[in-house]
Amino acid sequence: MTFEYSPAPESTAIVDISAQYGLFINGKFVAAKGSKTFNTINPATEKVLSKIAYAQASDVDKAVVAARSAYTKVWSKMAPQERGKYLFRIARIMQERAREFAVLETMDNGKPIRETRDIDVPLAAAHFFYHAGWADKLKYAGAGDNPRPHGVVGQIIPWNFPLLMLAWKVAPALATGNTVVLKPAETTPLTALLFAEVCQQAGLPAGVVNIVTGDGATGSALVNHPDIDKIAFTGSTGVGKGIARAIAGTGKSATLELGGKGANIVFDDSPIDQTVEGIVSGIFFNQGHVCCAGSRLLVQENVHDELIEKLKRRISQIRVGDPLDKNTDLGAINSAAQLARIKEISSSGDAEGAHRWSPECTLPEKGFWYPPTIFTGVTQANRIAQEEIFGPVLSVLTFRTPQEAIDKANNTPYGLSAGVWTEKGSRILWAAKQLKAGVIWANTFNKFDPASPFGGYKESGWGREGGRHGLAAYLKGGEK
Amino acid sequence: MQLVEGTDSSIRRFLKQLPGVDQVGAESRAAMLGTRSIKTASKKWAIDCAISMIDLTTLEGSDTDGKVKALCTKAVHPDPTDPTVPSVGAICVYNDKVATARKHLDAIGGQSIPVAAVSTAFPSGRASLEVKKQDTLDALNSGATEIDMVIDRGAFLSGDLVKVFTEIVYIKELCGDRAHLKVILETGELVTLDNVRKASHLAMAAGADFIKTSTGKISPAATAPVVLVMLEAVRDWYEMTGIRIGVKPAGGIRTTKDAIKQLVLVRETAGEEWLTPKLFRIGASALLNDLLMQRMKLRNGNYAGPNYVTLD
Repeated sequence: MTFEYSPAPESTAIVDISAQYGLFINGKFVAAKGSKTFNTINPATEKVLSKIAYAQASDVDKAVVAARSAYTKVWSKMAPQERGKYLFRIARIMQERAREFAVLETMDNGKPIRETRDIDVPLAAAHFFYHAGWADKLKYAGAGDNPRPHGVVGQIIPWNFPLLMLAWKVAPALATGNTVVLKPAETTPLTALLFAEVCQQAGLPAGVVNIVTGDGATGSALVNHPDIDKIAFTGSTGVGKGIARAIAGTGKSATLELGGKGANIVFDDSPIDQTVEGIVSGIFFNQGHVCCAGSRLLVQENVHDELIEKLKRRISQIRVGDPLDKNTDLGAINSAAQLARIKEISSSGDAEGAHRWSPECTLPEKGFWYPPTIFTGVTQANRIAQEEIFGPVLSVLTFRTPQEAIDKANNTPYGLSAGVWTEKGSRILWAAKQLKAGVIWANTFNKFDPASPFGGYKESGWGREGGRHGLAAYLKGGEK
Repeated sequence: MQLVEGTDSSIRRFLKQLPGVDQVGAESRAAMLGTRSIKTASKKWAIDCAISMIDLTTLEGSDTDGKVKALCTKAVHPDPTDPTVPSVGAICVYNDKVATARKHLDAIGGQSIPVAAVSTAFPSGRASLEVKKQDTLDALNSGATEIDMVIDRGAFLSGDLVKVFTEIVYIKELCGDRAHLKVILETGELVTLDNVRKASHLAMAAGADFIKTSTGKISPAATAPVVLVMLEAVRDWYEMTGIRIGVKPAGGIRTTKDAIKQLVLVRETAGEEWLTPKLFRIGASALLNDLLMQRMKLRNGNYAGPNYVTLD
């Protein structure tokens, strides 16, 4: 007899998904002007979850008008501590409805319930709590004596952390007195629409948060709308560059959180068992759909074989399958398009001579799946060492000296995250100084906190989100 | 396989090449494994597995022959109303109660249940080597087939690793083929996870058949991160030597949930091969009744009160 874990599925009874959703404008769900809709599906089963209204430019305009009116008449006049109260209220409601958010996120996104339950949703609520506290203390945020909001902010968020990215965007915008038009990702709109219900439940004044669903054209209409004061975007570097071009010369400001190809550097004196855990969470957390993933493993050559052996043993234990099962570690790939992209870049690894390894694992027949995969024998010249795969695929490279590790880590157009694994404190500090990355984790990986600024160097983005630095992006300082 | 000679330099060299343990990382791994959800058939299996791994223990100054006999009866048939409940892994007592336990077990059909004796001036280990040897011999001569010795934590912390090592070697020699040796590290006094890993390897190199977390007299005892690190140690030892050493968490494991978490740790750290009473034991007393109550719940669909399990 063996100790096989029986299925432990989280019940979906707690969520109540409507057959179709309208746009959330001026505090109400309204029909889009056109009749066009799109489906959002469960990527683990390919079943349609709901039909979503498609916002075209005129709908976006309506949302911006509502946001402007709410800004001018209500939100900018409200006492800061009152704004804070709304944020506290939203945070508490998110906690109360945490299970509902977690199940819905897992269904719409494909990520395991263990992650939505233990990470996405608690962190999203934490962002609202953190920023609620800032609402009446903005003079101390470091943006000058007279910090003021921009006005109406257009926010575009990705599909990898739908609710968490919403929180990263909406919480600081509201705390600083801006109003918001938010566009969730096309494949994952449902938790944003549930958040709209939370705004209603919290009695948030109409128009302070507006949510428009759609695709790239909807996002483009938002970016190009003349009455938007600031754009906050998280997504691919390609789209980010397009946004930067579109707003050049318009006076709109922007924060951009873009791609990454994070280096996870393992020195030969690292605490090896925890290093293996960190590598696993660095690349397989959220199916590797993480812009700051540790997707390039740089291992000191003298411990390479031992580390890879331990890593393979650990990866063999990853439980791939039903995202709603409480024991699942690796869920579904978010979409057919993303799966195709992962397959395409990974196959270049085979073609360019890297060695592919995946554990034996049976993938479900329906839905979009990719096994946890590592490539050894990768060099900097391989595509899989340069391009962001955004999937559960790890590229393993080696180095001989600390300087070589740093040089290779920095040898990328990106600069979002890096990890350093060593028991030597002085080496951590030395490496952190040399690494050109916005976030550097020492002896851990993929840890997030609302008080900690997050953002990138180079093609990984502009500006910071979270912490005091993140607040500054939503404030104008200086004289009135 | 002789990995270490009993000299100071040899022991130090051996322990120095062990990788460090990052406490934050080990704690978070242990916590993550604590979220595993064990339901239905797997829960049923885990409950019986845990019962069969219990070293049913009484280590009180107030222990009497009557108390020990009652415990032995419970060990053979934990639930008198249900013969499908497995017997426990062993009975664990002080050395002067070993004969009583052995005799009673033999008399009631518990011949296959070993009697373990705590030894070497348990729990503190503060006695001369001669006293520790005599303590062990008494237990062996009374019929103990498992010896739970304590290491000298004072010697370990002061750096006298030779003393810790040679004491284990001596006690192992006495045990010979007559008894299994479990070495208690008392991790609550070693405090750091680096120390836990070092002491685990030291004990295995000196001849331990099992490494055990705690005496049960010191808190904290068998915490999840400590058990995790010890399981990693036996896994690594197996890779080095091809020999599987057992692990025994003891102290603070009181509920079915606690016990199942331990089994999850075993499965996902050392591996399924360790899920046998030959390689994993749980030192406990109150735990057994909670396992029995959960077992009844699975069978009958409702929770019975504490008066439906026996109090011994």
